[in-house]
Amino acid sequence: MSPGSSAVALDRAAVRLDGRDVWRDATLQVGQGEFVAVLGPNGAGKSTLLKALLGLVPLSAGTAEVFGRPVRRGNPEIGYLPQRRRFDPDLRIRAADLVRLGLDGASWGVPTPSVAKRSRVADMIALVGASAYAQRAIGELSGGEQQRILIAQALVGGARMLLLDEPLDSLDLNNQQAISELIRGVCRAEGVTVLLVAHDVNPILPFIDRVVYVAGGHVLCGHPEEVIRTDTLTRLYGAPVEVLRTTDGRLVVVGLYEPVSHHADGH
Amino acid sequence: MLGGLLDFHFMQNAYLAGTLVALLAGGAGYFVVLRGQSFAAHMLSQVGFPGAAAAVLLGFSPVLGLVAFCVAAALAIAWMGRDVEAGSRVESAAVGTILAFSLGLGLLFYHLYVGSAHGMFALLFGSVLGIGDRDVALTLAVVVASAAVLAWAGRPLVFASVDPDVAEARGVPVRTLSAGFLLVLALAVAVTVQIVGTLLVFALLVAPGATALQLTARPLLGLAVSVAVALAVTWLGLALAYFSDYPVGFLITSLAFGLYALVRASRAVRSWA
Repeated sequence: MSPGSSAVALDRAAVRLDGRDVWRDATLQVGQGEFVAVLGPNGAGKSTLLKALLGLVPLSAGTAEVFGRPVRRGNPEIGYLPQRRRFDPDLRIRAADLVRLGLDGASWGVPTPSVAKRSRVADMIALVGASAYAQRAIGELSGGEQQRILIAQALVGGARMLLLDEPLDSLDLNNQQAISELIRGVCRAEGVTVLLVAHDVNPILPFIDRVVYVAGGHVLCGHPEEVIRTDTLTRLYGAPVEVLRTTDGRLVVVGLYEPVSHHADGH
Repeated sequence: MLGGLLDFHFMQNAYLAGTLVALLAGGAGYFVVLRGQSFAAHMLSQVGFPGAAAAVLLGFSPVLGLVAFCVAAALAIAWMGRDVEAGSRVESAAVGTILAFSLGLGLLFYHLYVGSAHGMFALLFGSVLGIGDRDVALTLAVVVASAAVLAWAGRPLVFASVDPDVAEARGVPVRTLSAGFLLVLALAVAVTVQIVGTLLVFALLVAPGATALQLTARPLLGLAVSVAVALAVTWLGLALAYFSDYPVGFLITSLAFGLYALVRASRAVRSWA
């Protein structure tokens, strides 16, 4: 892969927070349009990796590039879903307005009506299959409905990369599958690069092109067949993990016991 | 029946100043309630009282004390809440602590002050029926300036209020905006409080916004409804006060409360049915 075609390029990058290295010497490249799973124990710095790509956390060493340019805050090429609990049930703003904020919420000045922007918002809502409830207040929607709205919000500004921090957490099995398929569809159909932090890798296992794993102060990158193996995952998580193959040939990761890494101490 | 309402100059000025304050408080109040900062608004509308008393004691204009105390309190909450979302537990604890301290200071200055208590009373409960032309002009200037800032920063402010993490990632300066909003609120409150009184400012900063957010989840419509409610209760309250013997502060707050209670009740009945 030539450097010019990478969506993400880290070169000996390091992040220091509160006087300690979260991770260091991170060198990796992610190609455009790839679906990447970001795995690792809790507290290892997976969210910090996304924040570094967003320019929200400064590097203490090395370089980080997104689409061939140094990372910067407010990059419209990136859509971001932070790790979060659900929206407050009392939050009184329509789902469609939340999507609209993804388009021009960061612009100063008196808002003016725009047919083009309205139809762009409606298109994105239709793309994620949320048209039926987009006029309702966001707080009234279910967890799966809220995730669809947030994906529309992340995409509406023309993002070419999605950074998704545990988007499947707190969803039931059906919704985990539906949201995974939606993200895969966006990745394939629109050529959007996806970095998805996952707590449970199973729902996205059939789709991933590459795995980035963050553990023990290191960020490493590999192909799924190299990483999604009993020995590799056991070493990575520091706990027994088994990778099984179902009768229809799919991989399943079980016993994914997540110890809190020693880096999380004091947090 | 409305004959005579606007015959007197003091009533004309009451309507002018009341309308201006309602425009500002109704608009800013939408953001206050959306951000969950009703308690901070309550604090800002009262915290100026000891400031005014201190200024009078030291021989300065009360408005200087009001502005100094309101701005200091706004900066203090912004600083104490710098790492948390607006309207959080940490923020309410800081607000409560500052509010109690400011009332204690108020008591001290009242104790030290040998003059009449009438000025203090006017500050708390308002003197909307005794407003001079200069006060109307000052109110107009404050309302125009604050409204211009809010209109310019409105969209990023809504973004930062409902979705701070994503807003920050998209380049909205969330913390600066949070401090800036409190500062605009503090300045607007400091100037309007000495004209119409704490009670009126506070009533119009929360109830109309709360009513609007019960009625609609559309931001622009909500803002418009909030302003409309603030205007309606102010106009009606002033008229009722003119034709009755009841204090205008009581009438306006009662109307605002009644409307809010009605809207909540009707929503509860609808979701129950």
